[in-house]
Amino acid sequence: MIRHDYSRVDPKRRANLDYKKKQFAKPEFKQQDYEHRLNYYILPPTAEITLEEFETWAINRLKVLSELEACSFRNKTPEETTEYMTGIINKYLPLRSNSSRSQNLQGERKKDHYSHFILRLAFSATEDLRRRFARLETMLFRLRFKDDDIRERKEFVSSLKLEWEEVGEDEKKEFGSELIAAGGVRKGEEQEWFKVDWERVPELVEQRRVFLRRGKAYVPQREQMSLVVAEFTKRLDDALELTARALPRLDEDDRLAPILAHLSQSFATPDAAYSSSDASIDGLSTITAASIDTLSTHFPMCMQNLHTNLKANSHLKHYGRLQYTLFLKGIGLNLDECIVFWRRSFKLMTDDKFAKEYKYNIRHSYGDVGGDANRRGRGYTPYSCQKILTEPLPGAGQNHGCPYRTFTVDNLTALLQKTGVNDRDLLRTVKEDVGKQRYHVACNRVFEWAHRREIKKVKDDGSWSATDLDTIVHPNTYFKRSWLLKHLGEGNVGVVNGGEKMEE
Amino acid sequence: MPQADAQPLKPEPEPQAQDVTMSDTPSPVQGSNDKVNLEDLFDDEDSDPEFPSSVPQINSEEEPSQTEPIKITPRSSFSDPEIIRAFYQRLFPFRYLFQWLNHSAAPSNDFAHREFAFTLPNDAYLRYQSFTTADLLRKQCIQMLPTRFEIGPVYSSNPRERKTLRKASAFRPVSKELVFDIDMTDYDDVRTCCTGASICHKCWSFITMAIKVVDVALREDFGFKHILWVYSGRRGAHAWVCDKRARLLDDSRRRAIAGYLELLKGGDQGGKKVNIRRPLHPHLDRSLEILKRHFQTSILIEQDPWGAEDKYAHLLQLLPDPTLRAALQKKWDSSPSRASTAKWADIDALAKTGALSKSSRDLLEAKQDIVLEYTYPRLDAEVSKKLNHLLKSPFVVHPGTGRVCVPIDTRKVEEFDPLGVPTVTQLLTEIDEWEGEEGKDGGKKLQDWEKTNLKPYVEFFRTFVAGLLKEEKGGVKREREDGGDAMEF
Repeated sequence: MIRHDYSRVDPKRRANLDYKKKQFAKPEFKQQDYEHRLNYYILPPTAEITLEEFETWAINRLKVLSELEACSFRNKTPEETTEYMTGIINKYLPLRSNSSRSQNLQGERKKDHYSHFILRLAFSATEDLRRRFARLETMLFRLRFKDDDIRERKEFVSSLKLEWEEVGEDEKKEFGSELIAAGGVRKGEEQEWFKVDWERVPELVEQRRVFLRRGKAYVPQREQMSLVVAEFTKRLDDALELTARALPRLDEDDRLAPILAHLSQSFATPDAAYSSSDASIDGLSTITAASIDTLSTHFPMCMQNLHTNLKANSHLKHYGRLQYTLFLKGIGLNLDECIVFWRRSFKLMTDDKFAKEYKYNIRHSYGDVGGDANRRGRGYTPYSCQKILTEPLPGAGQNHGCPYRTFTVDNLTALLQKTGVNDRDLLRTVKEDVGKQRYHVACNRVFEWAHRREIKKVKDDGSWSATDLDTIVHPNTYFKRSWLLKHLGEGNVGVVNGGEKMEE
Repeated sequence: MPQADAQPLKPEPEPQAQDVTMSDTPSPVQGSNDKVNLEDLFDDEDSDPEFPSSVPQINSEEEPSQTEPIKITPRSSFSDPEIIRAFYQRLFPFRYLFQWLNHSAAPSNDFAHREFAFTLPNDAYLRYQSFTTADLLRKQCIQMLPTRFEIGPVYSSNPRERKTLRKASAFRPVSKELVFDIDMTDYDDVRTCCTGASICHKCWSFITMAIKVVDVALREDFGFKHILWVYSGRRGAHAWVCDKRARLLDDSRRRAIAGYLELLKGGDQGGKKVNIRRPLHPHLDRSLEILKRHFQTSILIEQDPWGAEDKYAHLLQLLPDPTLRAALQKKWDSSPSRASTAKWADIDALAKTGALSKSSRDLLEAKQDIVLEYTYPRLDAEVSKKLNHLLKSPFVVHPGTGRVCVPIDTRKVEEFDPLGVPTVTQLLTEIDEWEGEEGKDGGKKLQDWEKTNLKPYVEFFRTFVAGLLKEEKGGVKREREDGGDAMEF
């Protein structure tokens, strides 16, 4: 492929061609000039690049995006994410500021621009991919916006020509104290505010970080990022929608299509996958409703907590039921037994009420009823730690979620002690982990402590490899590993199927 | 095919041989005396569009003379089919419900593409029902006698035809009122008077407080004007924010409002439920001002949450100051059953005597947090966050209590008495017992609801709907009541 990197007719002039001649006219491409480091990706690229560039640029960007996603799955704080991502971004998708006086400013920006649009093509096909792509691109944009040079950021923002109204002096006086209280500014600090429709800054509204009055949000200047980012997301969402619609009409030969297909496939969820083979554990006889209570000693804390609450109250609220049902499904309890289990557990309830109000939901989770998609997919997959950790916190009377996250430290300690975890050093480190929001690390620590003898044994005799003792990121893995470890030498010798590949 | 409306017994329209082209153009037939008979005759068939029924209020004028008075005893079950039928025939304000959801007098897609979901007497749940006019909705209600029905969003195409669409994406929710659900179950850990499904006047004050706080925030902060509060029939209240701007909000914006109004976080093991930064956000500051007044009476005196021996541990837990905590513990252990008011006063009294290791500011903030934990509205936020969430319609009967889900006038929210809301049986008796001028002097005939205690509620709803319609039309001027509402603070 020949690469033209000299610019020709200004793209604006293209339309001025006589329409009769248009079909004979050569397509005119233009190299864009990137004035700012940040890009709202409004104009699609029009210059030519090689196929190789097409692929490698896209893969590099994809690498950055997947790492970003991994950060959010691991519940990293914004600071940790920034720290972790800096290296990765510099390696794969560097983007320097004007002041850096780098030789390759335009090249970097071009790569950023083109790779964005290539991925747009690859990820606009399904709703799911679009949402994920928009979310990650927004994260990337936010990350870059944050560390942009203040002056250049200002220039970039003013180049966007976003419409917002500045708050006048009289209004500042009238709502002075409210503005300060809402924005969390110290008194005396010089402040400017913008006035916009509240719909434009939903996240600031949600966190009560702006003053609201009659549908207008008074956004402090330093929250400008939220506005700019929201606008970025909005435009990207709209553009993706358009791309999706145009996609079937993409007049494409077989050069790009395979690359695009490959790209979107390799964007598979790095989420802890649950495979149905996880359910089958050698040596564990078929699980029945009656055996759940015995097995519950192998459950992770999030499920044990639900189990004890269910026993104590003969009831669980919706999200608790959902979380627990899916887990039970995951350990291999079949639908009929599951219904028996819940029926017995809700012992204060009439059969009629149970059948009317609860049975359907259990069947729905198993994919026995519901829409076509639900039935074909055999219901929902059991929740991973990531899912449980990112769900809304439980409200009054609710018990779902991860206890390491939802319990106060004191209550958590009490809970752990009740289940026999009494090692003081362990409890202290668990406390530290929880303080740093590393809930799954705390959970794994407790697991390792509770199974320390067995783990030592399998390590010593080499029957389990290091990957089999990898960090647990799924409650069902917790159960399976716990059960296998506690039943070593009972003929099954820790043979694991599927997910955890194991050689004897 | 809009004809599907004429076949309400099945959720999925089957191919119909009859020609039912008239079904979407029902013209009000004045004085159709034979109407009721026809309807009775054809009841087992599909309602025949050749004989469109008249608009509800005309019917209700005719029907008393046509139908035998229903024998109503106070012991009649609320979900007795005869009772339900009579309720839909004679009392339910279909016309205003239609206007409310349609946003204009002439039938439009706002109503025709709106999802209704019926709960049938056998507890089957029938989703994706839709109707072109109020009258077809009424007909299906009378025919199927749902114990209640719920209202969902307006879809991009007719919900009954969703399966005939070539692309699934062509069927998606477009708009719905922003709704809120406040339910007493969420207050179970702070109310002492009742548990579970039962309520009394004492615990209703939780709902009153919630309505006040949420209503002010929606009006003042978000600038919404048309907010309808509805008693949920047993122990809660719903809010329907009907402004166009609210109806068009997407899920993320709905979530933002829910988040803005939500304060209490964490389950039973989560410890302190209120964690807010200082200075207080204006919304919280204002809420605290409203709630403070209620805290003394509704909480300390009526609920008496820390009166019992085993209860005050929680209060101690919420105080940050170890010295003060120890002093209070000592004092209360010696007289455990001191009333909550006294215990609350003890906190300040002991703090003054010097049992304070932290600053008095910390104590004040902790006390504010406690007030909020016990009084701040507890929304069922999931209901508000989703555009396609269904919510029970106003004016249906609660099957358990028999009470009608009537609107609550926020200007008189303190006076609202959930236990005084008329039940369906009571209302039907009132119609029978009514003795008035009707027909005697040839004056204007009254509609059945006007003869009962439902009258003020329907009239309130009518005014509310009229205000909404006026604004939808690009109404001339703001309604007067706006000023009245703003006066509440």
